[in-house]
Amino acid sequence: MLAVNGLSKVYTGRGRRVEAIGDLTFTVEGGSFVCVVGPSGCGKTTLLRCCAGLLPPTSGTVALSGAPVTGPPDGLAVVFQEYGRSLFPWLRVADNVDLPLRAAGVARAERRDLVTEALDAVGLGDAHQAYPWQLSGGMQQRVAIARAIAYQPRVLLMDEPFAAVDAQTRADLEDLIRSVWQRLGVTLVFVTHDIDEAVYLSQRVIMLTASPTRVADDLVIDLPAERDQLTTRSDPRFTELRGLVYAQIQKAKLEGRTR
Amino acid sequence: MTVLRRVVLALGLPVVLVAAWWFASAGSTDFYFPPLATIVEVFPETWFGSRLTDDVLPSLARLGIGYAAALLLGVALGIVIGSNRWVRATTEPLLEFLRAIPPPVLVPILILVAGIGDTMKVLVIVSGCLWPVLLNTVEGVRSVDDVLADTCRTYRIRGRLRWWHLVVRSASPQIVTGARQALSVGIILMVISEMFAANSGLGYSVIQFKDGFQIPQMWSGVILLGLLGVLLSVLFRLVEHRVLSWYHGSRTASEEP
Repeated sequence: MLAVNGLSKVYTGRGRRVEAIGDLTFTVEGGSFVCVVGPSGCGKTTLLRCCAGLLPPTSGTVALSGAPVTGPPDGLAVVFQEYGRSLFPWLRVADNVDLPLRAAGVARAERRDLVTEALDAVGLGDAHQAYPWQLSGGMQQRVAIARAIAYQPRVLLMDEPFAAVDAQTRADLEDLIRSVWQRLGVTLVFVTHDIDEAVYLSQRVIMLTASPTRVADDLVIDLPAERDQLTTRSDPRFTELRGLVYAQIQKAKLEGRTR
Repeated sequence: MTVLRRVVLALGLPVVLVAAWWFASAGSTDFYFPPLATIVEVFPETWFGSRLTDDVLPSLARLGIGYAAALLLGVALGIVIGSNRWVRATTEPLLEFLRAIPPPVLVPILILVAGIGDTMKVLVIVSGCLWPVLLNTVEGVRSVDDVLADTCRTYRIRGRLRWWHLVVRSASPQIVTGARQALSVGIILMVISEMFAANSGLGYSVIQFKDGFQIPQMWSGVILLGLLGVLLSVLFRLVEHRVLSWYHGSRTASEEP
């Protein structure tokens, strides 16, 4: 579904050459939930931007359902970490969710239904008329998620979407995103630096090395599909998987330092 | 209570100053500084007769047309220049030069080109009002948020929707700042354009009264101009309040912890 092949990205400028991504190859099956984790500064965001068609890679390719990604592809949505900057402050919540649908030429009645459904799904059914800045950070990120849901993408990319919200809100949003994924059957690539979050959320964790980034390891998360914050996190298998990912990331960090 | 307090605070000093003027000038025999009472007395007969339609309204119409044209032109050019790095780099030095020319010195040139009619006066107003709007719009367009721009790209928000919801609305706080500066420039230029080779208008009337030694009438014209300035800035604030309610709201929201 989403195929990353020999991807590399080198930033040049002011006489400095920074190899952000060394050589990345992996595929994400259609409809699966994959988390990408790596030490901080390992080019996770660069990878996501290349996948979204927002940044041209230096070499290698990204393909979505076989079609090479050269610009933002159809049927792909991104939820950014900076929710405060990805919502239009001059548009009300409902209009924020509605705008991509208007751009896609969806009929008015259908748009209204999609917007209502999406906002209900994230628990903001009563916030249609509010402005984003009248909401808390967690609620703003819910609006961004609702916008992605209403857009009905085949692939949803999320760039550390919960990094800037408090722990309690974060747990709620994690469960929200699990249920959204299960309901929509969307392919979900979720970038995070939080190992617990990666293991709790996904079916598969791709671990990256420090920059220049390669795939360090690829781990299937064989936890039951029904997850909740209490039982899943106290499951011995969860602790075990978490330990595996943690060890791998530590190793990647050390290698990054000695290089 | 707060509304009352604000009104009292806003009007307090002007009322005191007017009262001071009133009593200090009462019984004045100085020809050039007549009592305020005399000025107020001649005010209605001077301005609410035929001068209202012959001078005041034509002046305001030229200001309105010139200001609106400068807004449209400034915002349109500003968006074109601000959206493109190359256009910006090529035009910016020229814009800085043009902006530095005081518009009144253009009056003789514009008289040569456009004659002494309404066209010249409107052009003088445009030539002064354009720059604050244009340069502020360029700045506003440049400061479009990267994340919001990426959001538009991924959701394929393009063309007219992108232009309005991303570019214009992002730049709107700066456009309003430019428009506010342009308004005060416009009022000044409205008067100045009527002081050369004119046959109607507020500036023309004030000069006429001066030349005819009708000093109280001249003063009443100065007061009228001041009042018009206040009225226009109040109207501007009302419009700004509507257009930028999201901006003031979000700023207040981000200041609260």
